[in-house]
Amino acid sequence: MSTSIKIYVPRDAAALSVGANRVATAIANEAKKRGQAVEIIRNGSRGMLWLEPLVEVETAKGRVAFGPVTPKDVASLFDANFLNTGAHPLNLGLTEEIPFFKNQERLTFARVGVIDPLSLDDYIAHGGFAGLKKAVTMTGASIVQEVADSGLRGRGGAGFPTGIKWKTVLGAEADQKYIVCNADEGDSGTFADRMLMEGDPFTLIEGMAIAGVAVGATKGFIYLRSEYPHAYQTLLEAIRTARAARWLGPAIGGSNYAFDLEVRLGAGAYICGEETSLLESLEGKRAIVRAKPPLPALKGLFGKPTIVNNVMSLATIPWIMANGAKAYADFGMGRSRGTLPIQLAGNIKQGGLIEKAFGVSLREIIDVYGGGTHSGRSFRAVQVGGPLGAYFPESLLDTPMDYEAMAAKKGLLGHGGMVVFDDTVDLAQQARFAFEFCAKESCGKCTPCRIGATRGVETMDKVIAGDTSKLALIDDLCHLMTDASLCAMGGLTPVPVMSAMTHFPDDFNRAPKRMAAE
Amino acid sequence: MTLIKELDYGTPIRISEQMVTLTIDGASISVPAGTSVMAAAMKAGTAIPKLCATDSLEPFGSCRMCLVEIEGRRGTPASCTTLVEPGMVVKTQSDNLHKLRKGVMELYISDHPLDCLTCSANGDCELQDMAGVVGLRDVRYGKDVANHFETTSPLALLKDETNPYFTYDPAKCIVCNRCVRACEEVQGTFALTIEGRGFDSRVSAGGVSFLESDCVSCGACVQACPTATLMENTVIAKGQPEHSAVTTCAYCGVGCSFKAEMQGNEVIRMVPYKDGKANEGHSCVKGRFAWGYATHTDRITKPMIRAKITDEWREVSWEEAIGHAASEFKRIQKTYGKDAVGAITSSRCTNEEVFLVQKLVRAAFGNNNVDTCARVCHSPTGYGLSKTFGTSAGTQDFKSVAKADVVLVIGANPTDGHPVFASRLKKRLRAGAKLIVADPRRIDLVKSPHIKAEHHLALLPGTNVALLDSLAHVVVTEGLVNEAFVRERCDLQDFEVWARFVAEDRNSPEAMEAFTGVPADEVRKAARLFAKGGNAAIYYGLGVTEHSQGSTTVMAMANLAMATGNIGRDGVGVNPLRGQNNVQGSCDMGSFPHEFSGYRHVSDDSTREMFQSMWGVELSNEQGFRIPNMLDEAVDGGFKGIYIQGEDIAQSDPNTVHVTSGLEAMECVVVQDLFLCETAKYAHVFLPGSSFLEKDGTFTNAERRISRVRKVMEPKSGKAEWQITIDLAKALGYEMNYTHPSEIMDEIAALTPTFKNVSYAKLEEKGSIQWPCNDKAPEGTPIMHVDRFVRGLGKFMITDYVPTEERTGPRFPLLLTTGRILSQYNVGAQTRRTENNVWHNEDVLEIHPFDAEQRGIKSGDLVSLASRAGDIALRAEVSERMQPGVVYTTFHHAKTGANVITTDNSDWATNCPEYKVTAVEVRRTNHYSDWQEKNNREEIDLKKIAPHVLAAE
Repeated sequence: MSTSIKIYVPRDAAALSVGANRVATAIANEAKKRGQAVEIIRNGSRGMLWLEPLVEVETAKGRVAFGPVTPKDVASLFDANFLNTGAHPLNLGLTEEIPFFKNQERLTFARVGVIDPLSLDDYIAHGGFAGLKKAVTMTGASIVQEVADSGLRGRGGAGFPTGIKWKTVLGAEADQKYIVCNADEGDSGTFADRMLMEGDPFTLIEGMAIAGVAVGATKGFIYLRSEYPHAYQTLLEAIRTARAARWLGPAIGGSNYAFDLEVRLGAGAYICGEETSLLESLEGKRAIVRAKPPLPALKGLFGKPTIVNNVMSLATIPWIMANGAKAYADFGMGRSRGTLPIQLAGNIKQGGLIEKAFGVSLREIIDVYGGGTHSGRSFRAVQVGGPLGAYFPESLLDTPMDYEAMAAKKGLLGHGGMVVFDDTVDLAQQARFAFEFCAKESCGKCTPCRIGATRGVETMDKVIAGDTSKLALIDDLCHLMTDASLCAMGGLTPVPVMSAMTHFPDDFNRAPKRMAAE
Repeated sequence: MTLIKELDYGTPIRISEQMVTLTIDGASISVPAGTSVMAAAMKAGTAIPKLCATDSLEPFGSCRMCLVEIEGRRGTPASCTTLVEPGMVVKTQSDNLHKLRKGVMELYISDHPLDCLTCSANGDCELQDMAGVVGLRDVRYGKDVANHFETTSPLALLKDETNPYFTYDPAKCIVCNRCVRACEEVQGTFALTIEGRGFDSRVSAGGVSFLESDCVSCGACVQACPTATLMENTVIAKGQPEHSAVTTCAYCGVGCSFKAEMQGNEVIRMVPYKDGKANEGHSCVKGRFAWGYATHTDRITKPMIRAKITDEWREVSWEEAIGHAASEFKRIQKTYGKDAVGAITSSRCTNEEVFLVQKLVRAAFGNNNVDTCARVCHSPTGYGLSKTFGTSAGTQDFKSVAKADVVLVIGANPTDGHPVFASRLKKRLRAGAKLIVADPRRIDLVKSPHIKAEHHLALLPGTNVALLDSLAHVVVTEGLVNEAFVRERCDLQDFEVWARFVAEDRNSPEAMEAFTGVPADEVRKAARLFAKGGNAAIYYGLGVTEHSQGSTTVMAMANLAMATGNIGRDGVGVNPLRGQNNVQGSCDMGSFPHEFSGYRHVSDDSTREMFQSMWGVELSNEQGFRIPNMLDEAVDGGFKGIYIQGEDIAQSDPNTVHVTSGLEAMECVVVQDLFLCETAKYAHVFLPGSSFLEKDGTFTNAERRISRVRKVMEPKSGKAEWQITIDLAKALGYEMNYTHPSEIMDEIAALTPTFKNVSYAKLEEKGSIQWPCNDKAPEGTPIMHVDRFVRGLGKFMITDYVPTEERTGPRFPLLLTTGRILSQYNVGAQTRRTENNVWHNEDVLEIHPFDAEQRGIKSGDLVSLASRAGDIALRAEVSERMQPGVVYTTFHHAKTGANVITTDNSDWATNCPEYKVTAVEVRRTNHYSDWQEKNNREEIDLKKIAPHVLAAE
């Protein structure tokens, strides 16, 4: 009997949303019907979302991709002998030779889409736990130094040096410390955290365990948004598996270190992505932002020293520990070291996850990777860094993806989300949306955000209706929200507003249009 | 007088030995490390604009009015949440800061009604003040915007007027969270929250009305509110007060300081005083709001006399009333002997007034027949602590609890009885201290928001000594004794005898479990925690003292504290939670028949000689009658006249029928009170008293803290209590010459070593003084027994457990224990005459579901409660707070007659009645008891006042 051929059909939510489960079933049924021995592995997504469901067949030369596959295509794939690289219109060749994929620098996402996310053997076979094994032989201070030397900065959006945060927690005296993973990925157009948690959950677990070992924390929490049910199930199972294999528990990896993990679900508030609000919610309270100081690193969860890091930051730690700080820091530009998982979305032909070293230009991402707009109309704007990020016009597309370079153009990288718009977009409506989003998601604690956002919507409506005299008031309000808000929610809401007004002034100058109509 | 305004530093002033020097607006200032920039600026005299910050609460950082610029820092940090650092250079004013503050204020006002002139906070509104400070002249967002105040707005919410004392008006809310934080941080009830998010955010009592919510109406939220959102109804009705005086609450033994805020002679509101050391700006529903009794129409303001109790009362002049009383007392003494009269002093009156009454008895009556209501509450405290430590008072100040690591609460229900102390305790517990509760009932402290007792030792009523001995047994037998402390501070010989005694098997938790019903393992764990958990403090109440072994229990607690070394520093101690406002003071003032002021025995010649020479009369060296003796003697015909100042023994004392029989047997009962109380039904002379608002004086709280009571209105009867006593003494032929209570205090100080340095001048200067205050402790004594016990070496006392004679049996199978609840106070004479009745308008019987089920009783049923002493009927409330076999009621309502049930049993040493243990039976009934029917008739028959006769006609 011939050995069964491995077929990969993603279990990633993006793939499931376009029918991956039905495709997997169809392949299994078809194989059974044809007496063909196959082993279907439900992997994570390779991140080429326009090709999902992307089915891969393992061959001696490597994995061959077919996509996007529908259940109706399955019979013809078998007919074309796709298990043996047969020619078929959906045959995309070797997955890793697809330009979109080939030209990435996949460090954090190295295993995502490659392995069976819940197979511990697969994880270890692909270098898993090498970082943790190394970490348990090191002192906390030297682990923290390694992280600092890598130049890793918080991938949640703020870009704060991870090593410094860890050092503060390491130096804090306490009977209990915590590692909290911010998995409340709420930025519109972002999905990197979800993809990683669904596609390589052990990496996150390992990263958190290393953090625990480094600073002396024995307990971790993953604060996951409730809109990610698949990630939730995957994490629960991965934690169970890791615990059974003693990678979590009283003696992780056979070391003297104890570390365990829990997943807690959010309840649908964007503000819970803000770290102090997240901590309040994790403590079972109403999620309102805490004033800083005290820093969560000193007084965090339940008042104890706490590392709060984004999924991306923590999931990058194992690579850094396994390959060394220098190897990581060799990627990137300026003060932005390493790679950034960029999420390309919106009106774009080829959307998906692109992990690139810092320094790649916006234009390269949009044109080379994205292939231009999905509508085929001309590009007008891209919002980088989520709903609080700036709208950049064509003239700024050569800006490199780098924290400082983006800031210099009054924009931000945020969590690495990019949402592309074609020339049908009305930037005044987008500016209004920024206020509206803030009004809807504001926790209501500080006055500039609580009242200001609502006043922003109302005033922008007046502008849109033609009262351009209100633009000065918008200006004042933006200044106030920027300087006086308690957290980044209110403080950054003016970024999309001001960038829209700066780069697209015509969209706000409504009066002439109306006069013309009369 | 003007309105007293305390400075608000915005954030708490931290205590630190390390000082930090920084520059604010060019001026250098040093403040303790941990202080906020905001508070430092206020110390330097600069008030940074603020709305969400107030120094009773932790900084919150929401309003964004207090932004400042700090050299070397990005942006404009909030000064409330930014801590001072050495060398910091702060600017509180700049064009940018001004623009930001004005911008924030513009947003506030865009969602606030502009009805300042008709607003109840007009004149006392921080929002208004801040709008003025930032120079807001224009709101550019327009009128057609979303808001919470126009009645047509979809966001507008209705006013909540369910609480009788304050109103919540959501239209005025600026979402500063001060009320919510006050409810959490200061009061610890967690009744309030913010509902909705973003622009929709608004204060809410958890989604229900304030009255239906967990709110305990302490007033912390009202006090914290910077606008008219939470406002006293009296201010809404009358307007802002114009002057105020600091005085002391007349309710419980916590002794909170209040500002009586007035318009002319009328109290507008009582506001807790931030500089009051007992309460530090906090209050409870009684002191804060339930002061309306003081001007209630039930007040009797004219002296009255009658020949016999079935006669109508006749209003007479002061001269006639005093003259009549004096001649009756003289007649009785002449007829029946010198010892046939006596007096009861009041724990609700001032020290000065109490001192005069006992002086009248000793000097004018010529006997020592004086007693006080402490007889029925904390007399065992005096006895027990005096025997073991050498002084008749608690060892700590309230503040000390902030340093406790383990707290044992036994026989006390602080959240109801001593709510302001309970808030302090809960704050400490939330910060991590461990709690052991010993109480038959599951009181609120056992489990409430963010509070959970480590151990609830749910003992059977009457077994306190058994429990404490078994705790001590564990301490001694498991080697948990603090030997260094015992060796250095205590009498070793006594200790060894005691240690052998408690180590006996019969005192082990396993042996005592048969009596207490508390699992031995739980007792052992609690004992280990108490002995080894760090600073351990004991707080107790009447659940300790009002037992046949009350004094033994107090000594057993003292033993436990000494054995574990928990005496003589912050965070430890043995602390009675005193019942009435001045029960400590009335004891200190020589109210007991065997003691002069300062607890010195009447048989002590040198002390007596000192009093004799000061008072100019011969004094008896024989101990006089205690209250129960007076009543027994009266029934036997040997005691015929009594002067009762401000105590209602016909309701408060046990075995009501026995009390009233005693009173009925007397020929002259003189009652001095605000109201025609239960005891006045049996009186022949009624002398109208004055409320705490109508006189000067001092109260001494459970911390031994002497605080001023200040007169804010003229006595309604024309005379303050102390003046009446002077008049009576004079009419009896004994001169008393005082023109002001301060002179009485001077005499107290001259005659009482522990009060030697106390004077009104010193009280004025220090605010309050904790006795002993003398040459050894010129500024008073917050914590006692620091280096040595007052008696020298601490004395361990043998505390054999002797079960009470009050036993359950087939006829009376349940145990009744009595207590009080938050909204009512003691006999209810005050609180029943306030809106507090909305929370508790009748006494109910709490009964466990098992016991209720067996008897077919449901909540709301009328049930008969019978003991060997008598029976009454009241409504049942089935409650799992009770343990099976134990029922509970309160004694706040005279018409219920809870003390008809309680018995004559009392503490072996002090006669303190055994209120807490009565064997009873409960069954359903359809009628009130004979006693209640009789009492209802007498309520009319014995309280008739003759109509006014107009002289001119």
